[in-house]
Amino acid sequence: MKAAVVLFPGSNREGDAVRAIEMATGRKPQIVWHAETELPAGTDLVVLPGGFSYGDYLRCGAIAGRAAIMDAVRAHAARGGLVLGICNGFQILCEGGLLPGVLMRNKDLRFVCKMQHLRVERADTIFTRAYTKGEVIKVAIAHGEGNYEADEATIARIEGEGLVAFRYCDANGVVGGVANPNGSTNDIAGIYSEKRNVLGMMPHPENLIDPLVGGIDGAGLFKSLVAA
Amino acid sequence: MKARVTVTLKNGVLDPQGKAIEGALKSFGIDGVGSVRQGKVFDIELSTDDRAQAETLLKAACEKLLANTVVENYRVEIV
Repeated sequence: MKAAVVLFPGSNREGDAVRAIEMATGRKPQIVWHAETELPAGTDLVVLPGGFSYGDYLRCGAIAGRAAIMDAVRAHAARGGLVLGICNGFQILCEGGLLPGVLMRNKDLRFVCKMQHLRVERADTIFTRAYTKGEVIKVAIAHGEGNYEADEATIARIEGEGLVAFRYCDANGVVGGVANPNGSTNDIAGIYSEKRNVLGMMPHPENLIDPLVGGIDGAGLFKSLVAA
Repeated sequence: MKARVTVTLKNGVLDPQGKAIEGALKSFGIDGVGSVRQGKVFDIELSTDDRAQAETLLKAACEKLLANTVVENYRVEIV
């Protein structure tokens, strides 16, 4: 598993992503600057890390989604290569046309930074096979724009094709209501592309890989990828 | 040549900022406010004087970057 982590001006979770990948794979991913036009040869997985690319100017992820490297990321995804976008990375995937929909301002206008339970919607994907279907995991969220919105037809397609990766839930796995931290449609916390080789998610699994910082529920995602 | 691009949220898209502004206006005692939707305005100086060319490039700018057409509409005025 050869991974590359893309660095945009304003990214700030790239170190966390690198640590999580290295812990799972034993191999340090390469950091790739956004102005590059090619990914390192033999890249299996591209990670777009969290942060505030371009200061969230215009719209979150809007400018980064059109960066030079994104043509290479789109080509990589089109070939079936793996792409993981976390938090701002998810916003960049939506703005860059790799995933449908958009992340809007949180419904109550607050930046939310807390621990959050998620329900793993399916465990038969390359990103989640170390989990079980319906498993409840506890990871961190930290975002002001995580309210997933798309038109009705798109939501129907995402749901119909089983492209929801994670939903916000409570500790018992009950989805919706107060367990939804941002007003996201259908409590969506993360979605896959049609072929399930691209995953965008608002929560931060890369921050929950070490018992020292309060849990290891995020490690499963990176363990899932190792076998790839 | 100068242009103004206005980007607004499509109808039906939740606008929590607009809602907060609407609430604030009402709380300030400004009567008669029905609802508020927040948008963005871009004032752009163009290096061309050709109107047709300006319209083409502004449309491209909107489609490529200025508006996210999933949730936003845009309007171009050449001033």
